[in-house]
Amino acid sequence: MIPFDFEYYQPASIAEAVQLYNDLQQNGKAPMYYGGGTEIITMARNSSIKTQAVIDIKQIPECQQLETKGQSLIIGAAVTLTAIAEANPFPLLTQAGSRVADHSVQNKITLGGNVCGTIIYHEAVLPLLLADSEVCISGINESRTESIHTVFDQQMRLNNGELVVQFKIPLEYTSLPHWHVKKTKLEKIDYPLITLCALKKDGAIRIALSGACSFPFRGRAMEKALNQPGEDLSKRVAQALQQLPGPLQDTVAGSSNYRRFVLGNLLEDAIDGLEG
Amino acid sequence: MDYISVGESVPRKDAWEKASGAARYNSDRIQPGLLHGALVTSTCAHGLIKSIDLGAALTMPGVINIITGADFPVLSGPVLEDHPPLASGKVRYYGEPVAVVIAATEAQAVAAVGAVNIEYEALPIVTSPLDSFKPGAPLIHERVDLYKRMVSDVYPEKDTNIADHIKIRKGDLPKGWAASHTIIEAEYDLPQADHIAMETRNVQAEILPGDEVVIHSSSQTPFSIRKEISSCFGIDLGKITVHVPLVGGGFGGKAAVQLELIAYMASLSVGGRPVKIANTREQDISTSPSQLGLHARIKLGADQSGRFTALEAIFMVDSGAYCDIGSRMAKSMAMNCTGPYRIDNVWCDSYCIYTNHIYATSFRGFGHLEFTFALERSLDKLAAQMQLDPLELRRRNALKAGDSSPTQVALTTSNLGNLEACLDKLKSLINWDQGRYISIDANTVRSKGISCLWKTSNSPTDAFSGAMVIINPDGSINLIVGAVEIGPGMLTTLAQILAEKMKMDINRIHVHMPVDTRVSPHHWKTVGSMTTYMVGKAVLEAAQDAINQLLSLAAMVLKVSPSDLDVARERVYLKDNPDYYMDIADIGHAYKYPDGNSVGGQVIGRGSFVMRHLTPLDPNTGRGRPGPAWTVGAQAVEVEYNRRDHSYKILKAVTVLDAGKVINPKHARGVITGGVSMGLGVATREEIIYDEQGQIGTSSLRTYKVLHCGQQPEYVVDYVETPLLDSPYGARPIGEHGIIGMPAALANSLSLAAGIELDQLPLTPELIWKRLEEEKR
Amino acid sequence: MMFQMQQIGPIQLDINGAKISAVVRPADTLLYALREVLGLTAAKPGCENGDCGSCTVLVDGLPVKSCLMLAVEAVGHKITTLEGLQDAPIQKAFVEHRAFQCGYCTPGFIMTCQGLIEKHPDADEDTMFTWLESNICRCTSYEEITGAVRSVLNITPE
Repeated sequence: MIPFDFEYYQPASIAEAVQLYNDLQQNGKAPMYYGGGTEIITMARNSSIKTQAVIDIKQIPECQQLETKGQSLIIGAAVTLTAIAEANPFPLLTQAGSRVADHSVQNKITLGGNVCGTIIYHEAVLPLLLADSEVCISGINESRTESIHTVFDQQMRLNNGELVVQFKIPLEYTSLPHWHVKKTKLEKIDYPLITLCALKKDGAIRIALSGACSFPFRGRAMEKALNQPGEDLSKRVAQALQQLPGPLQDTVAGSSNYRRFVLGNLLEDAIDGLEG
Repeated sequence: MDYISVGESVPRKDAWEKASGAARYNSDRIQPGLLHGALVTSTCAHGLIKSIDLGAALTMPGVINIITGADFPVLSGPVLEDHPPLASGKVRYYGEPVAVVIAATEAQAVAAVGAVNIEYEALPIVTSPLDSFKPGAPLIHERVDLYKRMVSDVYPEKDTNIADHIKIRKGDLPKGWAASHTIIEAEYDLPQADHIAMETRNVQAEILPGDEVVIHSSSQTPFSIRKEISSCFGIDLGKITVHVPLVGGGFGGKAAVQLELIAYMASLSVGGRPVKIANTREQDISTSPSQLGLHARIKLGADQSGRFTALEAIFMVDSGAYCDIGSRMAKSMAMNCTGPYRIDNVWCDSYCIYTNHIYATSFRGFGHLEFTFALERSLDKLAAQMQLDPLELRRRNALKAGDSSPTQVALTTSNLGNLEACLDKLKSLINWDQGRYISIDANTVRSKGISCLWKTSNSPTDAFSGAMVIINPDGSINLIVGAVEIGPGMLTTLAQILAEKMKMDINRIHVHMPVDTRVSPHHWKTVGSMTTYMVGKAVLEAAQDAINQLLSLAAMVLKVSPSDLDVARERVYLKDNPDYYMDIADIGHAYKYPDGNSVGGQVIGRGSFVMRHLTPLDPNTGRGRPGPAWTVGAQAVEVEYNRRDHSYKILKAVTVLDAGKVINPKHARGVITGGVSMGLGVATREEIIYDEQGQIGTSSLRTYKVLHCGQQPEYVVDYVETPLLDSPYGARPIGEHGIIGMPAALANSLSLAAGIELDQLPLTPELIWKRLEEEKR
Repeated sequence: MMFQMQQIGPIQLDINGAKISAVVRPADTLLYALREVLGLTAAKPGCENGDCGSCTVLVDGLPVKSCLMLAVEAVGHKITTLEGLQDAPIQKAFVEHRAFQCGYCTPGFIMTCQGLIEKHPDADEDTMFTWLESNICRCTSYEEITGAVRSVLNITPE
């Protein structure tokens, strides 16, 4: 039960959506783009967010696209994690998405919502980071396509009123050898203690993590340590652990020291799995 | 052949209601004109309420009134009256109700909650029973000694945080230690957990013209609600009616009376209009009561042959901010502190201690899971030190007829059952002889752990139950009792007991599922796994009463003596010639002679039962009889443990109970495995986590994790059947018992697998890792 | 023309095969609309946070937690609640396998199972567990529920 009122809009085009956002904002309605809505509803319920208007993007054709175009896999921001899993065009993304919340909620959660939301884990962004994806963004004045590395820095960095329309994943990455593991405190259906995604491209392993730090990231410096040729595995992992982009989280799900222990094991497994 | 019901897996009486979505729970009453109350809860774990500013909230749309504790200076509580339904003067836990906004819609009420401004002056907080016990700890209740005592046997200690102290003094402790070859000592800590009934607690209150109070609640204790409202607000008991429909899970959590008092006050404040208060899940966890926490110290000795010589047990029950029923659970632990083992020299101090945690109420097992963890871990330590087989150690010390309980009750085969037989079955079901530590590969180990259990109820000495059996004109029967159907199918069990007694088709017995305190015969509380025993006995008496009435009317009509007749298949028949009979349909609602004259009337059988020969415990020695009988059992867990990352998978969970008599095998298995499942949840992942300010970090199901489908082990359930002679068909209580030994069995198994003593819950991989790291240092 | 709803008002819903008009706020969840507006109380609130599954209904055949969906989002979609099932095999299986005790989680569980059976009549054990871990039951041990689903899917337990 949401204790406050908001208006609901369901634009049929990108232009309508961004125009609406602009207009509603000018009217002081603090609008929000609404995909699956799972996060907005739960946060509105306990008044962690307040908005007077939501703009549901599920009727925008571009946001519902799920197809291969040229050398890219296109996934609309409003495509649900279940739809992605069933089409399975990018198995690593399927694996990451299939461990977000639970199966019924995956019927509602969208890729855009998971990447752009405020809950810190964004597990579905990990494969996108590893695959050097691009993000198609539309605003009131311009549309732009950016590397995910440019717009996702700990969280999505968008200009006011911008809408993430879709993600473009270079096809060559979708069939690379990959690794996914999600560790929770204990219960399977939980936020990650650590989720690790890895891809092997041109002989080098790429690593992205969620839960380890307070934000998801691709660990380029970690990769450098892990990919040292001829070095002993445990040494490489130990060095990689020195290259985290921030402190390990210390939460009720797990202490930072324990996370370090778990992460070490997960890295060893991933390297073993992908090199072996 | 007569109809047989007892021992058969007859379907639940509420099966299709529930499978079709037609089953109605309390919040399914959609009532026009209903007002909504939303709780304003404390954001401070211990503090003085300096000011409450309602100004802004009162002007918000739809808001009709806002009440605070100052409006209702009353105290409540089933044991000690220490609990203002709305905090008054000070708050004692994070999440405590401070005010209620009453508005036209739920949304309006909740919106206005955010506009209530409360200022607190924080006081030092106490976050563990051990700290709370220390001299000089901040007092949570300033004058605990002055609170009104609702029972004769509660002993709050002045100028302390001790709400109750129960002592067991049996035998000669120094003599016991002197006779000991090995003595082990250890301490244990269990955090609070939550019931997580799927239906959150919710209530509607209304005051009709003529001051008739009508409460609709999701509760295990409709008769306690009536009593507490009556005593708290000085209302004639008979003017209060409590309605309870099907309840969406209780596990003890809905035995506490809390929201009912608040909803009554809310309704009173708006001229008696109906007000609904429904907990959100977050409130159900952090505002309504939880499981107790425990700090325990166990010192246990055994002689050279492995026979227990002495036990010293200290239990510090974390009862949270209020006593509620925590003191009775402290008593339960004390009175059964030896477990089902013969220990002649026993010294136990069990304290019910206040902290700035959520207050505790009854939770499945009523304290037995908690102390069993401490005791059964100690047994494994003793076995290890003496190089004895843990199962053999338990078997060697199993209580038998002729022994006595810690409160010096003489034990008989009937009131105790047969633990040795349970252990023997367990041993084969868990393949104990194949070994309890088996290396699978470099990182994988399989290990087994066991725990025994026993439990008796702990009711008032005059707890009672009634039952009513009404014959319908078609010869079928309506059964009306005061027990609430909270899930395990006890109302179906009662129908089975009645069908067996009447020797009739159970499908012709119609059970009145809801409880209405104005109509339903009294039942103490639907707790303690006692429905089959207590209400079952009342049902048998009611059935006999109905049979007697039928026989005497039939005897008159048939011109025979009642003793010539018997009842079966909805007929009264001549014993020596069953073809000579009358249909109950023809006499259950008066008999009409061929000439039109009629005799008799509606047959209504009445029955009741009151606990027999129970006594309070002696305050100095604990001597006394707390419950009618025990249920004993043994449980085992097999895990596969990963030595590298300390993760584990529970492969198998075995339970053997002495059930006396299994009345409905499928339902019995369901309630036992359900208990096992909850026990594994508590053992592995469930806990209420507080931060340093006493705020709860696990107030939703995102952070408070329960077992999900797919992670359950293989369940094995078996029985020994030693009849409890004075119980319906010999049945013993089994409703809670599956939970009791699970945490201990798992901890024993994992301690063996990991090679480290695991003496706290929950048993997360991080805990095992941390303990191993500590050991390395 | 863009669909919009700016304040409380009627929407047209397709529930259990019937076209029904319901007066809701744009901020009302589907769960709230079903229960409090339409009196369809089979779907139960258990957490209103998407964690427990007691409010699960089928939306175009897929299980969705109705507490995580706005009522207005349901416009144009087929909603099925437990009230919409009549003697479905999964209901019978739940009764036979004793797949509930208190029954509160049952409407949500049955709808998740029904969605699975409709969409993947040949589901294997892994798929079954993936779907069922969306719901919480606190009374049973899950053994009974998985037994019921297996019996309808004709899965032999591993």
